[in-house]
Amino acid sequence: MIPLSGFVSQLLEIILALAFAPLLTGWVNQCRAWLQNRSAPGLLQPYRALHKLFNKESVVAESASPIFRIAPYIVFGCMALVCAIAPTLSTDLPLAPAADTIALVGLFALARVFISLAAMDIGTSFGTLGARREMLIGFLAEPALLMVLFSASLITQSTSLANIVETLAHQPFAIYPSLAVAGVAFTFVALAENARVPVDNPATHLELTMIHEALILEYSGRHLALIEWAAALKLFAYSCIGLALFFPWGIAGAGTPLAMIVAIPVLLAKLAIGGVLLALIETINAKMRLFRVPEFLATAFLLAVIALLVHVLLGA
Amino acid sequence: MFFWEPEVNTLLTQSINLFATGLLVLAFAMIAQRRILTLIHLFTLQGASLVAATLVVAYLTDQHHLYYSAAITFVLKVVLIPILLHRLIDRLNVRWDVETLFNIPTTMLIGIVLVIFAFNLATPIAGLSASIARGTLGIALASVLLSFLMMIVRAKAVPQVIGFLSMENGLFFAATAATSGMPMLVELGIAFDVLVGILILGVFMFQIREQFDSLDIRHLEKLKEE
Repeated sequence: MIPLSGFVSQLLEIILALAFAPLLTGWVNQCRAWLQNRSAPGLLQPYRALHKLFNKESVVAESASPIFRIAPYIVFGCMALVCAIAPTLSTDLPLAPAADTIALVGLFALARVFISLAAMDIGTSFGTLGARREMLIGFLAEPALLMVLFSASLITQSTSLANIVETLAHQPFAIYPSLAVAGVAFTFVALAENARVPVDNPATHLELTMIHEALILEYSGRHLALIEWAAALKLFAYSCIGLALFFPWGIAGAGTPLAMIVAIPVLLAKLAIGGVLLALIETINAKMRLFRVPEFLATAFLLAVIALLVHVLLGA
Repeated sequence: MFFWEPEVNTLLTQSINLFATGLLVLAFAMIAQRRILTLIHLFTLQGASLVAATLVVAYLTDQHHLYYSAAITFVLKVVLIPILLHRLIDRLNVRWDVETLFNIPTTMLIGIVLVIFAFNLATPIAGLSASIARGTLGIALASVLLSFLMMIVRAKAVPQVIGFLSMENGLFFAATAATSGMPMLVELGIAFDVLVGILILGVFMFQIREQFDSLDIRHLEKLKEE
């Protein structure tokens, strides 16, 4: 029997993620437009786009197999589950035992495999190209992400994300050099995984450079809406995991349901600041050549390894 | 005495580790950096984190001569040498040069092996020391080895000089970490050595370029004219 407070916090988290993920995307787009001296689209533009797409007819190619049809639902399901497991508001989550950090990386991988299969399914050259690029980035980003999560695990002696954050958030303030380095590595990985500027430009449809957009070129209507929503959820999940690991203050612990009331505005404030920083990174960096991406992600991996080594040397 | 003093001291001790880690990460960043201008910025940052670490050690161990050495380091490595390097690359006209490095990931993997080696080597030595920053001895040693690696893999003269200077940063940090600083006289001597060294190397670079029309030091390997 799940206690009521855990059930409430879990439900609140899922609703918050589903409702606010497009808002975060809209906020980042708006900041980016301001920084680049363009007039910004409205904050609610992603919701309007989703609404439009859900009302449109979904066109599927004749050669499409069932994989093409179910992929959006699987991707969306994976991302929603990740958002449910990541301790955004509270560490008292009944779903948290469902996946530790390793399984969490596995969930991202599952979504990636299905979206790549679906992209290759139609047989257009763009889809295959996008799928290959996505897998190239994925297989380099995953070990780096695992190493980042492991260095947090080493400090807290647990691989469950909820336990890690619970330990980090409710201990006396301490400086962890290993976590600082891991935080830099996590930023690199998050930029690559969310198709952000140094690796991929989310706003382009230029054939030579696109990765994420090439994958979903064949989708339309409600399928496209689900994938766009899943992409927003992924950005939200990555932001929340990063904030929970490296700035864990304000997240409610087990048995303190009232702290949730404080946790919501704290999370929104942290996300707002994080969004500005993301827009800043995207504005001051140029997109790198695709062949530089392995170098970029190798740097992230090595930083994460240094974090582990520093933890072993210094014990902090 | 304030009631929060013990907590602040713990945080300061931890911040030494943080600055030390910064030193190590910056050494790695230098290995992977192609642009000479960014290399100089990274070197300046490394000097700044060195100054910060020295200041914290000085405050915690209450050793006044470490304040002086932090001041010398600041003047020399954060202000004077970067200015000299900027003037040098301006006059050599290599400010926007991008060096073609082959295979950065391999170099960085070698770097990781060096770090593991240095950490293993330093752990027993650190056990003998009583300094508060003894845990960071491994990091200092790793920075020295990484700067060595940088000097080996770089083909151009300016990045090699920066590698040399960054090695001196590592050595200085090792001295602070293991023994709470060298005697003042030695430190002053090293500081002026480094300063004179960079002036001489600067003259040397002009000579190299005059002779070979390039700063690539591979030209120096040939002893005879063909």
